[in-house]
Order: sequence, then C-alpha cells, then structure tokens
Amino acid sequence: MKLGFLYSIIRKDEKMLLEEIRNRNVDLQKIDDRETMFEIENNGWNMDVILERSVSHSRALHALEFFDLYGIPTVNTHDVARICGNKATSSLALARSNVPIPKTIVAFTPETALQAMEKVGYPVVLKPVTGSWGRLLSKINDREAGETILEHKVILGGYHHSIFYVQEYIEKPGRDIRTFVVGDETVAAIYRSSKHWITNTARGGEVSRCEVTDELNEISLKASEAVGGGVLAIDIFETPDGPLVNEVNYTMEFRNSVGPSGVNIPAKIIDYVEEVGRR
Amino acid sequence: MAECIECGAQIALSKPEKGEIVDCLECGTELEVVTDNPIALALAPQEEEDWGE
Repeated sequence: MKLGFLYSIIRKDEKMLLEEIRNRNVDLQKIDDRETMFEIENNGWNMDVILERSVSHSRALHALEFFDLYGIPTVNTHDVARICGNKATSSLALARSNVPIPKTIVAFTPETALQAMEKVGYPVVLKPVTGSWGRLLSKINDREAGETILEHKVILGGYHHSIFYVQEYIEKPGRDIRTFVVGDETVAAIYRSSKHWITNTARGGEVSRCEVTDELNEISLKASEAVGGGVLAIDIFETPDGPLVNEVNYTMEFRNSVGPSGVNIPAKIIDYVEEVGRR
Repeated sequence: MAECIECGAQIALSKPEKGEIVDCLECGTELEVVTDNPIALALAPQEEEDWGE
C-alpha cells in the first residue's frame, strides 16, 4: 500500500505516526506542503490513501480538495476539514444532527455582535470562526468589555475577524473532556484541567485519564458522524444537564494523551488509515 | 548531534526526521531539521494564524 503523509512540520504527533507507519508493510511517501504544487490534472499522484497532518488549516483544506479531485482517499476528507475548520459551519453540522452544543449566535457587524452578546447573556465567549489552540478567544463579562473587544477587532483584525461567533460561557468544573474518535470507535478520552477558563493543552491545560462512559461514547460518535466521521478529537463540556460538544478537531493532537489514556492512539489512527486505503 | 544555528550549542537528536521541530535547550530557539543526511538545522517556521488542530 502506498501511503502519503501530508505535513507542514514534524511535531511529536507526526513523529509518533511516522514511527507507527514505518513499523508496517507500507510504502510511505512524505509530502511537505511547502514543497508541493497541485495541478488541476492529476500529474502523477498515485497513493492508495493520504493521511493529512498539515498544521496549516488553509493548506490542508486546499490540498484535500485536490486529492479529492484526483480520486485519492484521504484521512480526513476535504468535507470534514471544511466543516471542522470553521466554528460556525461546525455548529450548524452538529445542530443539524441534534448534537447538544452551547447556545451560539453568529453576527456580521459589531452592532449585531453586541446584540448577540446581550441575547446570549454575559459572560459570553467571542471566538474567531477559524482558529485553534485557544488563540484570540475572549471571555466577555459585560457590555463595556464587549464594546472594547469589538472595537479592537474592527480596527486591528483581518477580514475573517468580521464574522462574530458568540457563544454562551459554560461554567466548567475546572476541566473539560477531550475524546478521540477513530472510525466508529471512541478510542480514548482525557480530562484537560486548568485554573484558567481556557483548558487547551497548548495553553497549559494538564492532562489526566478519563473513562469513556456510555454517555461520552454516544455523544462523541454522534458528533463525529455529524461532521462526516474519520479521525477526530471531540471537546466536551460537562454540565448538570449533560455533556455539550464545544468543538470537533480534524487534525487532532494526541502527543500528551497517549500516556495518561494508556491507549496507543497513533496505532489506532494508522489502523484506520490502512483500512481506508484498502477500501 | 547538531549545532544550534543561534547559539552554537550541541543538540542531541534521536532519529532526526526532515521537517522535525526541535528546541535548543541552551538558548530556547525553535529549530527545524531541514535535511536529515547530513543533518542541517534552520530556524523553525513562525506560527501562523491558521495553525492548529
């Protein structure tokens, strides 16, 4: 089997995946997205499957679209990347499948964004629709703070900051949950704990093992299916009324989760990639 | 082993991989392995706004 490995840089996650691939009877071809061009016609791409690990969402999205055109299966698919790479699109996909999510409003001007904040009720969280690692998230506690943040976004932000994604602030028990879904299985889960309201491990959240309960498994598989399935990390809030899905990540990072979860996540991923390549 | 291009410190690399990001423990600079045979390091690319999961 010819397996293409699309990447921008090799972090510990990618190194673990490459090690797993090299332990198997697979013809590995590394594809550095900085050294690659895509023609409209398929000019020699002949892999059985491509594992997408670009750290750049824009590059991943476009590369996956080309591979889709060439008829090469990818993990994940272009459509999954398109949905998960935009928080508004993700929320719509999850809502369509009746996956519980925090109350969310999208607005296009600072004036309507402020109205959205008032409607959701303070505190609210304002997020860029495209972004990761907890960057540029704002917890807004009152109208004055909202006005200030919006003014800064209008003056300093790029065009993609003109889509205002306003979400209910969920009071967390000092942690949230991340589950890892591979195909039709929730393979592992972790708690991400922090004294800060942002619990991303990229921002210092500490990782510990979380049991995959029936409830977590059910909501994780439902969220995965809602965005198109594949290899996905689901971020979940615990609330007295049950779990809420915060977001779904399509180029998931797992390096800090293998130890605490006790699950060989890269092996599970490569099993799935090989399965897709054999279809 | 490779030499940090910023401070000259020796960096131990285990099975270096083209494209791999490594930290210099001496000066903290983030570096990229741009070739793995022979090993050559360059400054790692800067994080961009669309980077992440």
